[in-house]
Amino acid sequence: MNKYYLGVDLGSTTSKAVIINEQDEIIGRGITNTRANYKVAADIARLEATFDARFNLLRKKLDDEIKARPENQIYIEDLKAIFQYLQFKKRLESLHDKLKKTVKTTFAEKINGKLSEYVEEIVAKIEPLIRHDFLNGNLGSKSQFFRDVIGEKYHEQVEKYDKDFFEPLMLAFDKSITPVENEMVEYDFVELIHEALNILDEKYNGTVNDINNKSVHFDAELNLLEGNYKKVSDSLKEHIEQIANMKIQIANMVGTGYGRALLPFPEDCIKSEILCHAFGAHAIFPNTRTVLDIGGQDTKAIQVDSHGLVTSFHMNDRCAAGCGRYLGYIADEFSLSLNELGPLALEAEKEVNICSTCTVFAGAEIRELLNIGEQREDILAGLHKAIVIRAMSLIARSGGVRNEFTFTGGVARNQAVLNYITNMIIESYGNDIKINIHSDSIFMGALGGAMFARRNMNIDLPKRKSKTTESNLN
Amino acid sequence: MAVASKQNNAEVKKEKSMIIQKEMVGKLFKELSSAKETGKKIVYTFVPGNLSELIHAFDMLPVYPEINALQSGMRKKSGDYIREAEKIGHSEDVCTYVKCDIGMMLSGNIGPTGEKIPDPDLLLLSYTGCFTFMKWFESLENLYPEVEIAMLHTPYQKDGKVTPEMTQYMVKQLKEEVIPKMEKVSGIKYDESKLKNILENSRKTGELIQNIFDTTKNIPSPIDAYFAGVYYIGPINIGFRGTPEAVEYYKELYRETLERIKKGLGPVTPEGEIDEERFRLVVEGPPNWTSFREFWKLFYDMGAVIVASSYTKVGGVYDLGFQHDPERPLETLAEYCMNCYTNLNLSQRIELLEKCITDYHADGFLVNSIKSCNSFSAGQLLMMRTLEEKLGVPVGFIESDLVDPRYFSYANIKNRLESFFQMLEQRKLIALH
Amino acid sequence: MNSLNNVIEKCKALAFDLDFKRAREWKSEKKDRVLIGYMPIYVPREIIHAAGGLPVGILGVGDKKQVIKGDAFYQSYICRIPRGIIELALDNYFVNFDGFIFPSICDVIRNLSGMFQILRVGTFVHYLDFPQNFQSDIGGLFYHNEMRQILNEIKKINGIEVSIEQLNNSIKLYNKNRRLIEEIYNIRQNFPWRLSAEDLYYIIRAGMVIPVEEHNDILEQVVDYMSKENGKPMDKIKVMVIGSFCEQPPIGLIKTIEMAGCYIVEDDFLLGSRWIQGDVKENSDDPLVALSNAFLTQSTFSSSVYDIENPKEKRLLELAKKRKVDGIIFAAPSFCDPALLDLPVYQNTCDDKNIRYISFQFSENTGQFKNIKEQVGAFSDSIKLWSEELIES
Repeated sequence: MNKYYLGVDLGSTTSKAVIINEQDEIIGRGITNTRANYKVAADIARLEATFDARFNLLRKKLDDEIKARPENQIYIEDLKAIFQYLQFKKRLESLHDKLKKTVKTTFAEKINGKLSEYVEEIVAKIEPLIRHDFLNGNLGSKSQFFRDVIGEKYHEQVEKYDKDFFEPLMLAFDKSITPVENEMVEYDFVELIHEALNILDEKYNGTVNDINNKSVHFDAELNLLEGNYKKVSDSLKEHIEQIANMKIQIANMVGTGYGRALLPFPEDCIKSEILCHAFGAHAIFPNTRTVLDIGGQDTKAIQVDSHGLVTSFHMNDRCAAGCGRYLGYIADEFSLSLNELGPLALEAEKEVNICSTCTVFAGAEIRELLNIGEQREDILAGLHKAIVIRAMSLIARSGGVRNEFTFTGGVARNQAVLNYITNMIIESYGNDIKINIHSDSIFMGALGGAMFARRNMNIDLPKRKSKTTESNLN
Repeated sequence: MAVASKQNNAEVKKEKSMIIQKEMVGKLFKELSSAKETGKKIVYTFVPGNLSELIHAFDMLPVYPEINALQSGMRKKSGDYIREAEKIGHSEDVCTYVKCDIGMMLSGNIGPTGEKIPDPDLLLLSYTGCFTFMKWFESLENLYPEVEIAMLHTPYQKDGKVTPEMTQYMVKQLKEEVIPKMEKVSGIKYDESKLKNILENSRKTGELIQNIFDTTKNIPSPIDAYFAGVYYIGPINIGFRGTPEAVEYYKELYRETLERIKKGLGPVTPEGEIDEERFRLVVEGPPNWTSFREFWKLFYDMGAVIVASSYTKVGGVYDLGFQHDPERPLETLAEYCMNCYTNLNLSQRIELLEKCITDYHADGFLVNSIKSCNSFSAGQLLMMRTLEEKLGVPVGFIESDLVDPRYFSYANIKNRLESFFQMLEQRKLIALH
Repeated sequence: MNSLNNVIEKCKALAFDLDFKRAREWKSEKKDRVLIGYMPIYVPREIIHAAGGLPVGILGVGDKKQVIKGDAFYQSYICRIPRGIIELALDNYFVNFDGFIFPSICDVIRNLSGMFQILRVGTFVHYLDFPQNFQSDIGGLFYHNEMRQILNEIKKINGIEVSIEQLNNSIKLYNKNRRLIEEIYNIRQNFPWRLSAEDLYYIIRAGMVIPVEEHNDILEQVVDYMSKENGKPMDKIKVMVIGSFCEQPPIGLIKTIEMAGCYIVEDDFLLGSRWIQGDVKENSDDPLVALSNAFLTQSTFSSSVYDIENPKEKRLLELAKKRKVDGIIFAAPSFCDPALLDLPVYQNTCDDKNIRYISFQFSENTGQFKNIKEQVGAFSDSIKLWSEELIES
């Protein structure tokens, strides 16, 4: 049987999990938003990773079919999207229940009747919208978290009601979402995948009576897809059975990250996030010598040697300005989502100079700038630049940039930040520096952890018992 | 196993030296509390540049506001005191020793042991190595306006050396400013031969201290030169340098240390003996006092022993050849002051740390950067990088504060220390292969 | 205003020229000229001048330059001025400078001198350890020796052995400089509308980067201009701004204070240029002793000078009285130990004597002043509205 290794990285904003095989290849990745209950966050991330692993394995098995007809890829994507939708559905049911309870217990008799009614309406509206977005839109590929997706849709609906109900409806949501998020929902892959398959069947066998299906597929294309589907579906179903029932044996695991001290893992399975990050970055970029990780609440600059081992590191001090949280704060100020920040900043014509290094005061400064007529895009550009300047300071403190430079962390997904970092590195350290950016950069900590797990490196301190935990974590 | 074999706290053997120190300190506090009755005069002064020999020559008793502040920190009282000081207008960003001290005085000047600290008869501003000292005493003078204040300005070793002009400047101040004021306050005439005798004890003490801190050359090191180290320099930092008791104490301590070397023992910790020395570190920067025990534990739990620290040299540096010379009493006092750690220039500090890292076979260098102490902190990043480049030694950097509990984040420090130790461990493994 | 516009524009350009163009030009005009950079607060520029040097004031980068490398040298809880100075050093702005003098004003600047030594900036670095003992045979002697050391360092570079005449000549010129500046302040005290605080700032600051002879010319023109009536008096209160003697307030801050209803009739922004009160003895047989005595007995008060014998809060009040201010603005840079540690003392005294004040912090690159504008505006209004009541009570 194949052995797999798991790394879990509990960040302040997101929790990541990576599963690797004996060759250090990533076979599954999972990510979710970190929430108050760290165990749940870790478990969900792990679960996502195992599901992802199954889908990846499925893809591999269907390799031939996909090679023959690349467009067959879409079925797997769709299946995955539907699968995710089913997970959301289950959580939404849970949220629905919770909302009902919350309304009854939080609000006075007078209004809770009305509120209950509205809540029913809202949920009834949202559910098909979400279904549509997953099945026919591309919500599946966006990897957005439950809280964000539901939150957005709920908010949209709430706006349609009388202003007086805005507060109570939002309050009901706030009070319900957190406990729902912090409870572990058991998903049975086999059960869910079969259900997903049925829905997939419906979609491509033309039996869907979805009035919301204003699909972008023209009839011709749909016919084509339906036609192909028939050819592939048997093979698909067979492989799915295999994959669904396959055991993913986790031989060893390592946990790391911000909240790792509270991880419900044995102490000897906990590794410094600095080391994990460095190791993970090195795995993907063996020649990297400097790694910069801008996380949600802290920023780390790490110098790495040719073995992937840390030679020195520096973290931001108590001040969290210039970390991901800063962007979150800015997004709130502008009433934007995090994803929108980067693209908008890129549209700037000039950069407004932002003086506050302090996240807290940035808000006041932003409002002042908007007041005096500065463009949103220009302000955003200035803010992004400010983060990068902070990061550059940190790098300078930790000994500068040595070739190659790898940029990781959630913030690395922001294109504007990437641009500024690239420019400033070149400015300060010359054109010869190769800058590594990778779509897996957010998973580097978890990857490093998984790799440590595989090597079972004796970094652990003797007082902790070094026992390999054979855990069957499916 | 690196963890200290857990003995019942009550059973942790008290070394004889600890007992001697406890008696010394107890006696001093008793004298302080009965000073009004006995008529002994009280001098407030600082640890760097502390002229305990002179104070004793005039039969006066010393009180150290810094020590009061750190003791308040260790007893978890400093947070409140600092808030009191901030209420009367002190900024969040200034030295927390000062704020703690002022807050304590505003709250009745009850010392850390619960007894009222006697008011000063003389404020001896030994302005050495720290700009804030000057401001501190200006504040004290406001609180005790009738009290005599003597200022001794210690020139900075800006070029890494002591020049005759610098020494003369200090000697003149001693002759014309400090000693006359001490005579006035104490009612005793300056007796140079008495001072010389006292200085003879200082010399012995200095040599013993140097020998003791030098024992960390051994592997394993018999003592911890930072956490335990602060207890070892206690006597010279609270006014016992120059006394026969101090010589007694250090003789005993040295003897005990040699014993430990013979038995191949590591340092003592609050939880008993350390079993295995896994990392040897040199540490730059003062310790945190409000979470002193927890902070220490982070180290000994990991088997990390500190073989040298700069903080234990704030009350005098004996590594670079200086020892008290009774034959030149005033000059030697001046030289002592100029040789305190924070009065050395940046290059000297780097050289001293380099020497420690090399001589004492350190695996790593750690900076504990104190938020409110600019004298230590400004420049530490450059020092750290310079040492890293020069010696190839792994460096670590953590941040905390002296006595403001708001600036000690246990989780943050633990995170960084664990990463640091894991980094050291990896390097060791690679080196072995 | 026209006649002075050119002068003011010129001064503005000089004041913030991080390339120190004029200074470099001056040096290139003649062999043996040296450029000696100095930090706040006060340095006896006369001796540099006498030795064929141009003392060049270095006040950090303000809001004119981004600091990245400099940040690598300092934790976040240290003020900004040294970061900018290191940045300038690392970016080779000091390539033509021969030496640097760091006066003893705080531990950060003290340690900065050590960094310059380690980074080998300039041919010499001198930490000027001002004596805190004010006896002429003790502190005075020590200070005399410090000045000797500086002269020796300069001599090593340009071979100039300074004569008594040269020193006396330099003293004369700098005495004139200080007199003219004092005159400007005196005129402004009574007629603050004739020259804005902003323009005054440019004029004084320019004097830190050009030869004293040139600056004296400029100052004479300014005095001339200000002796005639011009501008319109406005209903503003008179204030003094205290605490900004090292890391400088951005010019926007100074403008904001005046726009919000105040005339700044006294400040400590560029205190070094006004440090010695009255003349240093000219034509003495031992000018270094004259300079030393002037330092010991004629220095203004400062947060960096031991003042037990002559408390600064007392002198603050005297100055407030002299300038007839309505209130005091304590403006200190964030993390500035000297300024912040003195605040409680100053504020206590003001409370005792019923002097109105406000306080806030800034950094040299603060970009927006909305808060400060409101604070100062409210301060100004309240004094205008209620000050009469206070006098009565």
